[in-house]
Amino acid sequence: MDSVEKLLIQYLPVLIAAVIAFFLVFSALIGSRLLAPFSIEKQKADTYECGMIPIRSANTNIGIRFYFYAILFVIFDVEALFIFPWAVSFIALGPESFIFMSIFIFILLIGLAYAWKKGALSWR
Amino acid sequence: MSFFNQVFKGPQLAYYFKKISIAVFIFIVIVAGYFFSQLFFDLSKFSQFIFDFVLQRSNYNFAYFTSSIIGALGIISFVGLVLLVGSWVERRVIAKFQIRVGPNRVGPFGLLQPIADAIKLMQKEVLVPAIADKTLFLIPPVAIFLPAILAWGPIPWAPNMSYLNINVGILYVFAVSSLTVPIIFFAGWSSMNHYALLGSMRTVAMMVSYEIPISLSLLSVAIITGTLNFSEIVLWQSTNSIWLGLFMPFSLFTFFFASTAEINRTPNDIAEAESEIVAGYHIEYSGMKAGLFMAVELGNAVLLGALVTSLFLNGWFLFGIEKFVPPYIIFIGKTVAIYLLLIWLRATFPRFRLDQLMNFAWKTLIPVSIINFFVIAIEVTILNQFQSTGILIYIFALFNIFLFLGLIVVWSKIFSVDKFQPEKIQPKFAGEIGGLEAMKGVKSVD
Repeated sequence: MDSVEKLLIQYLPVLIAAVIAFFLVFSALIGSRLLAPFSIEKQKADTYECGMIPIRSANTNIGIRFYFYAILFVIFDVEALFIFPWAVSFIALGPESFIFMSIFIFILLIGLAYAWKKGALSWR
Repeated sequence: MSFFNQVFKGPQLAYYFKKISIAVFIFIVIVAGYFFSQLFFDLSKFSQFIFDFVLQRSNYNFAYFTSSIIGALGIISFVGLVLLVGSWVERRVIAKFQIRVGPNRVGPFGLLQPIADAIKLMQKEVLVPAIADKTLFLIPPVAIFLPAILAWGPIPWAPNMSYLNINVGILYVFAVSSLTVPIIFFAGWSSMNHYALLGSMRTVAMMVSYEIPISLSLLSVAIITGTLNFSEIVLWQSTNSIWLGLFMPFSLFTFFFASTAEINRTPNDIAEAESEIVAGYHIEYSGMKAGLFMAVELGNAVLLGALVTSLFLNGWFLFGIEKFVPPYIIFIGKTVAIYLLLIWLRATFPRFRLDQLMNFAWKTLIPVSIINFFVIAIEVTILNQFQSTGILIYIFALFNIFLFLGLIVVWSKIFSVDKFQPEKIQPKFAGEIGGLEAMKGVKSVD
């Protein structure tokens, strides 16, 4: 319990900085609210579409290629998070751990090569 | 006498007087700056003094709380100063590149221009689209500011001078700066605008892709220094007397290039490609809210300078000059140098296309940085066999520089972009009606 409290109190400055930064930005927006003109015209509240009246809602479907990148990103980001603790203690773990980690990365590289071959990485 | 008349005519006298006065002014600034810097050489003494002062009158927790509030105010005021001065510097320097004057009317040399801009932005009307998601529309301009400030936390300004001295510094910066991605998506989606949605999707896809090369380049920093603490990384570079940017130029290049994609700076600023998606994800924001988005972009550029300085350019050390000049001045100087490099890039390069950027990230940067990571891991294993790194580290640095050049050339030769694409992209209708017959003599752009 004590060590957890010590760990958390290390991050108290983050919270303090966040609160102060929030108030800074919020005061800028409040100042804008006080100084700026404020109209309730209906035409002004249209979304921008190069001068036309907007056609259809923008709440539409999104291309599948974005999802390919998202899935690949999750795989590689988790990989990076796995490697970080290993990289920090690499000197202590010795050269054997290098072989284990190379097998892990090699499997992921096969996945990347497969995605490349299938054309998931080509932006069309 | 005639000589005297020639030299000291009316306008010439004023000219020489101006030159001499500028020289005297610079001299006074240097002398005053030297004494001033000797007075404030070690700022950690002041914070220690405040901490002890509060500690004598209350308990430990309150002293800790007070000193962290002072530190937060220090960081936020530095970021505010950077936002004000940085926008002026950027506009003036870009103007010099484009052979024009730049803002020079408001105040001396136009120095008060950013303040005038801020006042103008505050007076502009903040429009909210009628069909927008009102609550989600309100969050992004406020929320995008927090990562830009919080990421300054673990930056080591000088020995014993960093706001957050945590052991997971790199991971912390990585985590905090990743918060920008969902915020940008909120901004684009809640606007209910086609351009904003498309712009935010493109930006998120690009940022997500470039986060992986960044993490791989930071892994090679972690594997050689054996720590994630920024101050210890800087000290490692000083004890082994080599800059990490020299030891692994490919990691430096990857980190720098991928970070310009993360912060939407100019070779990679497809987030706001005017000819395609007008202004990208912040198209519906006006007045102060748009100003906040722009301010964050500028602040992040300087933050990138600070990160590159501490990770790759040896932080506050500079060939022994740090004994005479305050270390934090050297740190800020290096940061500003990187920022000027970013401005130079902005003035020089055109914008890359989105498909070029995505291909470069996935087909070149990620595989090559994995190879680079392996090479550095092997080198670290060899270095650890010896008691002192000595001359071997310089040999490896030279090897890495040639490897960096060779990898880029070889990789682009072997795996050219079109190699593994299953089908060739061709204008189908033109091919069907025989339009490609006319194109046979023309060399393909791709």
